[in-house]
Amino acid sequence: MENLEQLVQDGLTAVEKADSLQALDQIRVEYLGKKGAITQQAKTLGKLSAEERPAAGQKINEAKGQVEQAINVKRSDLERVAIEQKLAGESIDVSLPGRGQDLGGLHPVTRTLQRIEEFFSRAGYTVEQGPEIEDDYHNFEALNIPGHHPARAMHDTFYFNPGTLLRTHTSPVQIRTMEAGKPPFRMICPGRVYRCDSDMTHTPMFHQVEGLLVEKNVSFADLKSTVEEFLRVFFERDLQVRFRPSYFPFTEPSAEVDIEWGREADGSIKWLEVMGCGMVHPNVFGHCGIDAEEYRGFAFGMGVERLAMLRYGVNDLRMFFENDLRFLRQFR
Amino acid sequence: MKFSEQWLREWVNPEINSQELMDQITMAGLEVDGFEPVAGKFEGVVVGEVQSVEPHPDADKLRVCQVSDGTQVVQVVCGAPNVRQGLKVPFAVVGAVLPGAFKIRKAKLRGQPSEGMLCSESELGLSERHEGLMELPFDAPVGASLSDYLKLNDVAIDVDLTPNRSDCLSIKGIAREVGVLNSLVPEAPQIEPVEAVHSEVPDIRVDAPEGCPRYLGRILRNVNLQAETPLWMQEKLRRSGVRSIDAAVDVTNFVMLEQGQPMHAFDRDEISAGIIVRMARPAEKLVLLDGQEVELTEQTLVIADHEKPIAIAGVMGGEHSGVSAKTRDLVLEAAYFDPITLAGKARHFGLHTDASHRFERGVDYELARDAMERATQLLMDIVGGEPGEIVEVSSAKHLPKARSIDLRSKRLADVLGLEIDRTTVEEILIRLGFRVDKLLKDGWRIMVPSFRPDISIEEDLIEEVGRIYGYNNLPVTEPTGSLGLRVNDEATRPVSAIQNYFVSHGYQEAITYSFVDPKVQAQVDPEHEGIALANPISSDLSVMRTTLWSGLLKTVAHNQNRQQPRIRLFETGLRFLHDGQRIDQQPMLAGVVVGPQYPENWVNGRRTADFFDVKGELEGLFSLLGIQIGFVGSRHPALHPGQTAELIRDGEHVGWLGTLHPQVQKNLELNGTILMFELSLNSVITGYVPNFKEISKFPEVRRDLAIIIGNDVSFADVERVARKHAGERLTALRAFDVYEGESLGEGNRSLALSLFWQHPERTLNEDEVHSLFNGVINALKEELGATLRS
Repeated sequence: MENLEQLVQDGLTAVEKADSLQALDQIRVEYLGKKGAITQQAKTLGKLSAEERPAAGQKINEAKGQVEQAINVKRSDLERVAIEQKLAGESIDVSLPGRGQDLGGLHPVTRTLQRIEEFFSRAGYTVEQGPEIEDDYHNFEALNIPGHHPARAMHDTFYFNPGTLLRTHTSPVQIRTMEAGKPPFRMICPGRVYRCDSDMTHTPMFHQVEGLLVEKNVSFADLKSTVEEFLRVFFERDLQVRFRPSYFPFTEPSAEVDIEWGREADGSIKWLEVMGCGMVHPNVFGHCGIDAEEYRGFAFGMGVERLAMLRYGVNDLRMFFENDLRFLRQFR
Repeated sequence: MKFSEQWLREWVNPEINSQELMDQITMAGLEVDGFEPVAGKFEGVVVGEVQSVEPHPDADKLRVCQVSDGTQVVQVVCGAPNVRQGLKVPFAVVGAVLPGAFKIRKAKLRGQPSEGMLCSESELGLSERHEGLMELPFDAPVGASLSDYLKLNDVAIDVDLTPNRSDCLSIKGIAREVGVLNSLVPEAPQIEPVEAVHSEVPDIRVDAPEGCPRYLGRILRNVNLQAETPLWMQEKLRRSGVRSIDAAVDVTNFVMLEQGQPMHAFDRDEISAGIIVRMARPAEKLVLLDGQEVELTEQTLVIADHEKPIAIAGVMGGEHSGVSAKTRDLVLEAAYFDPITLAGKARHFGLHTDASHRFERGVDYELARDAMERATQLLMDIVGGEPGEIVEVSSAKHLPKARSIDLRSKRLADVLGLEIDRTTVEEILIRLGFRVDKLLKDGWRIMVPSFRPDISIEEDLIEEVGRIYGYNNLPVTEPTGSLGLRVNDEATRPVSAIQNYFVSHGYQEAITYSFVDPKVQAQVDPEHEGIALANPISSDLSVMRTTLWSGLLKTVAHNQNRQQPRIRLFETGLRFLHDGQRIDQQPMLAGVVVGPQYPENWVNGRRTADFFDVKGELEGLFSLLGIQIGFVGSRHPALHPGQTAELIRDGEHVGWLGTLHPQVQKNLELNGTILMFELSLNSVITGYVPNFKEISKFPEVRRDLAIIIGNDVSFADVERVARKHAGERLTALRAFDVYEGESLGEGNRSLALSLFWQHPERTLNEDEVHSLFNGVINALKEELGATLRS
């Protein structure tokens, strides 16, 4: 049995020296395989007496266990080294930029429109669309702006022929919606509008969102809260809002809405006009077959580019329609 | 409407400063657009008197003057042509500072000492006039501060009036508003009837009473139009932005500014026989006061004599009948012209006058007589003369009727959201000039004054009460009401989903004008003619787009000219088609791609985007929308003939994908290979709502094959034949390689396909798959002439 101890010693030495997983495997076969040197020792058990056999058998098993343990430890070591070597060769420069498609972006007008629509959708307003080439009736007559009305001169209308024009506001969509449905209504109509005017502060096309709420019991006070709440949410701050009497043929009473926007040189509030609004004029209801004694309504309208300019600090309206990528990319 | 604050304060003088006054009227609905001091900033300028004038010994155009400043006489060298002995002028003494921080010092001009400067209006920031010295009246007190003398501590306030507020186009109207806001009663100048001193009256006939329901005339004989308009009136006119012309014109303008009644003065000697107010006859001509000759139409209301038109009613007088320094007798006109008759008439002749502005918006129909008396009195004070009786021709039938409107207190409270007590309501309305005709059980019967043509219904009165009470004093409440939620159509995706898809695929959204350059559009869509605007802003924005490509390609050019090699744009919006009868406004989605497919990077970053990149992106979109779209080789005049696909859904055309035709690209001066697509949004936006199917527990089988086929056979053909023979258990068919090379022979290519089968309820056996696969191969051979690649 001295032989066994020697075999174990030799095996452990060989394991210690093994420098690869293959070599280790070879050693395992040599010592512990079916025909391995230590396994073979079991054959000597037959020569022993029945009393000696269990002890000798246990010794052989212990010897096997000892070598196997050493092999397992060594294997873990070798595997760890192998992985470390592999990983060492797989280093990359993580500071290099990533690949693939970059992100485009929404036009700032669309971005602004989506924020406006989101606010009003949450407040239960539907989003309605209408034609951009309109007839005179829906753009003017039905909105209480007859042919001779001085307000027509303020509209700078693009015409195709005397009865057909590019809508000058999105209000005709309100008319079309009221004509097609029954009150109550809560709707906004976003879209392109057109005025025959082009200079530093005017583009011949721009965007408006107009809103309409028609209920049995609605007042100017309700209009005030809707407008104030919208402006507070849009600009994400508590800003002062004031309602200034004004005139639109399709609302009565009418108001312009100003918001505080910084200070004047003398420290007083600088007011900026951002919206128009008012209570729906009874004649407008009349054109849409709605009883103005039973229902009341309010309407409001805003210029989307103006709001986008204030929100994002854009200083030139005309940039919105040049579509210069260096401009557009700032809004993604 | 521009007016002098001082003038207003002569009528009503609340104890608030200028800024408070302007804020107050702005918040009453008379929006102050701006204001400016009525003179430049200067000091040290006094009323000077020129005591003597001598020629300058060494300069032809200069004169050497002795000028008194009230305490001493100094020598001033002056170059103004109107300098003369005895003249009273603004005199900037040594040490004075003129506008622009210009300091006056002792100087020598061509050797002659000069101590101070005599000033023109422009040098003092009073007006643009710089052709001579400003001449002050003979009674101007020498040595007095010019600012004090002219009361220059004043601002000119510009109010941007909404078209309904014609009543505020006068000092009288604005004073009324300021009075209401401050609970003050304005003090108006007394107007007394002027007694006639002779019996000559103008002969007036009104043939068009619809357009001219009221016309007043009066003769003022033997006037002296050499007489100078008094300085106080000149200053009021100047501060209101009106130029002083002569006494007759100045007085009519003054009365218009003060009272709101436009007037006109004719030279009686130039009127043949009498005045007729009538519609013009076709092709009648008139030379206007501004010198232009206009051809009148049958829609033009004119003032005529018995031979010819002498003025366009309510717009502008004629040159011939206008007053001049030689005029001896005046005929004064004050009329009420119908706003609807006058609407747009001035604009028709390219005119916009103070008179037309007022008449189109509606002048007080009861004002003409007061205005006539006021003007007569003022004129007589300046130019003397002998007044005759006023002749009035009016048609009660055509004059506006006095209106009364019932205002219900409940309606007032319902609309404003607040109950305002009765006395407050009454006080507001009465101060505004309304009259309570009758107290009703639940409100008032209100008489509307003749100067408020804008008030015709109950809501108008409610606005008056609300606006004076103050919109900002009204409460703020949340709207209540039933919220009927609408059905959400899940199969139809919102446009924002499409927009977000393109954004995440590297596209930048553009918004281009709906009207485009017809020359560009003819290149990209020669088959449709754009609807032309009658009054375009410019020729390159003159027709409506028939394709979104017109604007997008212009945007490509804009960006290529600004060093942007990689452009990926999309846009949604309407295109406009017409068939002569009907206009079709279709929502479209379009895109253009040019330059590298990916942003430049360190692996293969410069590969140019090609047809299949964009097609893949569109296929992704169609998956998102849940729709099946076929791409069929086709022709489009603006697209490359070999790289054009028509997009088909359920047999219907829905759009195009292709490469811009190189010739069109060259014509439009664009660079690179430009890929473009355009789809009808309504045709693609509705897909389906998912419907769950059991997931098969059994394995999927894949078989690959490679075939050689002619280039004229499309992948779509191969797919169609393969699917037809692959049986109902085929789950997918994909192309995984396309190869063209000499080894395949001219006109051939190799196509590698993989086919996938799966059965929902059992494992497919080898024989079944084999037989289906062979069936596909045989069909490809027989139907398409394919050969199997070894």
